[in-house]
Amino acid sequence: MSTTSNTAGNIRFLNPPAVEVNKKKYCRFKKMGIKYIDYKDATFLTKFVNEQGKLLPRRLTGTSLKFQRKVGQAVKRARHIALMPYVTDLLK
Amino acid sequence: MKKQYETVLILTPVLLQEQVDEAVAKYRKFLADNGAIIVHENNWGLRKLAYPIQKKNTGFYFLFEFQADPTLVAKLEIEYKRDERIMRFLTIALDKHAVAYNERKRKNAAQKKQEEAVN
Repeated sequence: MSTTSNTAGNIRFLNPPAVEVNKKKYCRFKKMGIKYIDYKDATFLTKFVNEQGKLLPRRLTGTSLKFQRKVGQAVKRARHIALMPYVTDLLK
Repeated sequence: MKKQYETVLILTPVLLQEQVDEAVAKYRKFLADNGAIIVHENNWGLRKLAYPIQKKNTGFYFLFEFQADPTLVAKLEIEYKRDERIMRFLTIALDKHAVAYNERKRKNAAQKKQEEAVN
């Protein structure tokens, strides 16, 4: 009967695992005082879109409702003038 | 009462350079004739499209920023639709935040150009 009981409880880690205590999400637009989201700036808009080019939900990006609508509208405009794809496989 | 608008044009890459200029000059004249004030023009040149439009993967992008009466925009868009050189266009009404943003961007660009010119 192995004396060393390595139950999950007392596994010693060299350094505590960087468990992400859920850091308070904030709306980057309100914090930085951005008032207008430019639909021509595709590199900035790709931050709000996942690999397939789909819009990220607010719970992941943490943006407020008002600015999520503006982001959505800007991304759809960028897609219309072919600055951003409607669907793709590896955007990043 | 004049509102501020911004329109982005995508012209087919098949065109020669002077055909592109000629098309753009046509709309510049159209705007001037109908009493619109062109605030800013920007030629992005030939760019790759994110997805093929009309079986083409590149296009000449051109940006007009102008002040005009709201009634003019409908006429302008009919002109765009009629012109086959234009693959796609998008006309946006700019609110005060957008106007301020564009103003600031132009000022920074001009400032940066000055700095480059200096050193």
